[in-house]
Amino acid sequence: MNGYVSVMRVRVFELMMLLSAGVEETDAQSKPHQYSYPSIFIYGHQSSGKSHVLNVLLKELELPHATVSCVECVSVALLFEQVLLSFFGCHAASLLPRSPSLSDFVRIYRQQSSQSPAKQTRYIVMEKAELLRDSDANLLPALLRLQELVEDNVTVILLSEIVWDRFRPNTGCFEPLLLHFPDYSKGELQHILAQDRNPSYSDEFYSAYINILLGVFYSVCRDLRELRHLAALNFSKFCEPLAEGKVKETDTHKLWRNIEPHLKKAMQTVYLREVSSLQWEQMQQMEEKENGAVRGLSAHTHVELPYYSKFLLIAAYLASFNPARTDKRFFVKHHGKIKKTNFLKKNEKTSNHLLGPKPFPLDRLLAIFYSVVDSRVAPTASIFSQISSLVTLQLLTQVSHGDQIDAPKYKCAVSMDFICGISRTVNFEIIKYLYDFL
Amino acid sequence: MSKRKAKDAPLPVGECISQVQDILRKRLCHQQLPDSPEGVEAQHKHLLELLKRTAVHGESNSVLIVGPRGSGKTMLLKCVLRDLLEEKEVEKNLLQVHLNGLLQTDDRIALQEMTRQLHLENVVGDKVFGSFAENLSFLLEALKKGDRSSSRPVLFVLDEFDLFAHHKNQTLLYNLFDVSQSAQAPVAVVGVTCRLDVLELLEKRVKSRFSHRQIHLLSNPTFSQYLERVQTQLGLQDDFPDKTFAQDWNASVKTLCEDKSVEDALQRHYNSSKNFRSNHMLLMLCLSRVSVAKPAIKPADLLEASKMCLVDAQANMLHGLSILELCLIIAMKHLNDVYDGEPFNLQMVHNEFKKFLQRKSNSMYNFEQPVIMKAFEHLQQLEMIRPVDSSSAKTQREYQLMRLMLDNTQVLEALQKYPQCPTDVKQWAMSAYG
Repeated sequence: MNGYVSVMRVRVFELMMLLSAGVEETDAQSKPHQYSYPSIFIYGHQSSGKSHVLNVLLKELELPHATVSCVECVSVALLFEQVLLSFFGCHAASLLPRSPSLSDFVRIYRQQSSQSPAKQTRYIVMEKAELLRDSDANLLPALLRLQELVEDNVTVILLSEIVWDRFRPNTGCFEPLLLHFPDYSKGELQHILAQDRNPSYSDEFYSAYINILLGVFYSVCRDLRELRHLAALNFSKFCEPLAEGKVKETDTHKLWRNIEPHLKKAMQTVYLREVSSLQWEQMQQMEEKENGAVRGLSAHTHVELPYYSKFLLIAAYLASFNPARTDKRFFVKHHGKIKKTNFLKKNEKTSNHLLGPKPFPLDRLLAIFYSVVDSRVAPTASIFSQISSLVTLQLLTQVSHGDQIDAPKYKCAVSMDFICGISRTVNFEIIKYLYDFL
Repeated sequence: MSKRKAKDAPLPVGECISQVQDILRKRLCHQQLPDSPEGVEAQHKHLLELLKRTAVHGESNSVLIVGPRGSGKTMLLKCVLRDLLEEKEVEKNLLQVHLNGLLQTDDRIALQEMTRQLHLENVVGDKVFGSFAENLSFLLEALKKGDRSSSRPVLFVLDEFDLFAHHKNQTLLYNLFDVSQSAQAPVAVVGVTCRLDVLELLEKRVKSRFSHRQIHLLSNPTFSQYLERVQTQLGLQDDFPDKTFAQDWNASVKTLCEDKSVEDALQRHYNSSKNFRSNHMLLMLCLSRVSVAKPAIKPADLLEASKMCLVDAQANMLHGLSILELCLIIAMKHLNDVYDGEPFNLQMVHNEFKKFLQRKSNSMYNFEQPVIMKAFEHLQQLEMIRPVDSSSAKTQREYQLMRLMLDNTQVLEALQKYPQCPTDVKQWAMSAYG
């Protein structure tokens, strides 16, 4: 067994004892014919080694098992087929009728297992078990007591990130044995990450690098997979001063000074998938180019819109983020001076930019639109079709469901930065008209 | 001490341990039937009488076995069937049909399964022919043709009976109860369910045909009975091949149960649930620690197993969160306290978090909005926060209203256990109470 497993000796031991007793003693003959608990539920954080440990264990001990990912099994038929296939061969899987029910599955399983009775416990491993809740309501309770239903020595192991309390059906079910895979501590993470070191550098050098990496990312991310990916991406940058001959391997402080801003930038870009890892590598090679100079995904927010669409969107934004009472003050020509404090109602103390957009009717949108557009605009079909195409572009969302042609309600679904950009292109000062910034 | 004695035994220790594991695992995991059901003698007698009347005298009956989960309903039924089939005449005569509400999810599947288990003429090999209507009329015809004296009695066992009541028009239940009411082939319908209000689920016409005979399994053992049960569950019978080992084992189990700390732990389990299943789970965890090197259950094993059973899973998950995620949860907790459980969105949480940072003027936790959003989404993925309405595509992610699915005490407890928790974060979390 490899590196991870050595870190989690306790967990593995626990699991092994549960799976089949006495397997850890090779001298005594193993007793795989013993019954195991009908269902085991293993939970723990992402990449805490749930699937890995289980797969390695089942493979090393050569136990008959079927590993099923619930993401793949969009229909139960696929699940049944996979289980029968790995236990009894393709002959059994072909016995399933089209669109099989649980009843068919259990019947065929029984029939097959009576022909080839289990010498050992058979294991069905379900990965991402939280998706089982969304499928058939009977599936989860039936899987949990599968041992009783098929009368065979079978154990169902569910793996999930979510705790068991969120799984329990409301009429109850057979309670599985709960097992927790604890998260890695910082030391353990360091130990595991230090294992895939570059052979051309020394151990200490690489673990110093890992130390720096964890120092930056540990407060945000504890996902081993992600950290590993980041470590692999940024290592070449870390080695750079070494290759240039500027510093020695032991000069950790200088190396840290070199890499730290780089890693901080990585958190804002690669970690968020703003730039892809390929782009990141390219950026590292082109040294003259500053990091982050390549525009990430979210920088491409500029959308070219028709003139009236822009004003429609601005009007929608104003309608969403201003209370309706203040429309008169903003858009009617001869209003008196009113201070904001006089306006404030008790529930309006928190700003609208905190609470999110409010829905508004079409009439209000058009009224604001006419008031912010300078020229006279006729309410043609093109204006209305622009509104509905803004909805399909998901810049607006229609709130009221169904076929309300009469008085549809909308919400504006764009960010502050986006609308500021738009209003700049049409020379409209939107900040002046926003109640929150009065 | 027991180890030394075991060495004198004729069988090697490994062999004994393997035997023990074999026997006890069968008992705990596989729900092996006991010789006689304990605590439910009256119910056992009642049900046995009833089924005997069907099997021997050709009387039609219907009965419901009701009890909470893990109270031994199936065990009782199986024991009764075992005792019933001991009679030669019954064994030759009685036909059994076992249906399960989890598997037979509609009447068509249930009917196919029934015809298959009854080996009627339209079954070839393992396949059933004919449509639903044909199957139904065929089955009813077959049942109608029979009469009390000549035809073989049929026993229908409907496990998860309440799920059958959700079938369309309750056709299957209606027909089964109808046959049991009229003078046709002798049938016994035994329903097994965990719902106490199961009769309310039945339609009026179905309900009127049911005999309203219910057997309740509301076992309520006292603590001393509970302790005894633990002992008998772990104890070895006289037919164990190695007598001395069995004696040692039983003695060790006895001393285990007399231990004060063990008794406390068991009392805790007894208070949380009295059923067999949770008891079995605990004992199974103890049993998995027995090995050749340690051939007896020690009190420490049981205490550890009990700790594993009673642990708060959500606290375990909170332990693995990153500092940023924990900070967000604290911010949510504060929002909950201030706004009295109103739902919140990411903007509000971020705002609250920013307030903390301003007060601290510590640049260490200065994260950008997207990083915070990623942490927020991770919390949603773990279902620690849940959207108020599921229309996720409709609103922007930062304005989607959420609810915290954690208790205040859970958060505070997690904070205490969190490894290397910064003091300022801890103080911030406490500040609402200070």
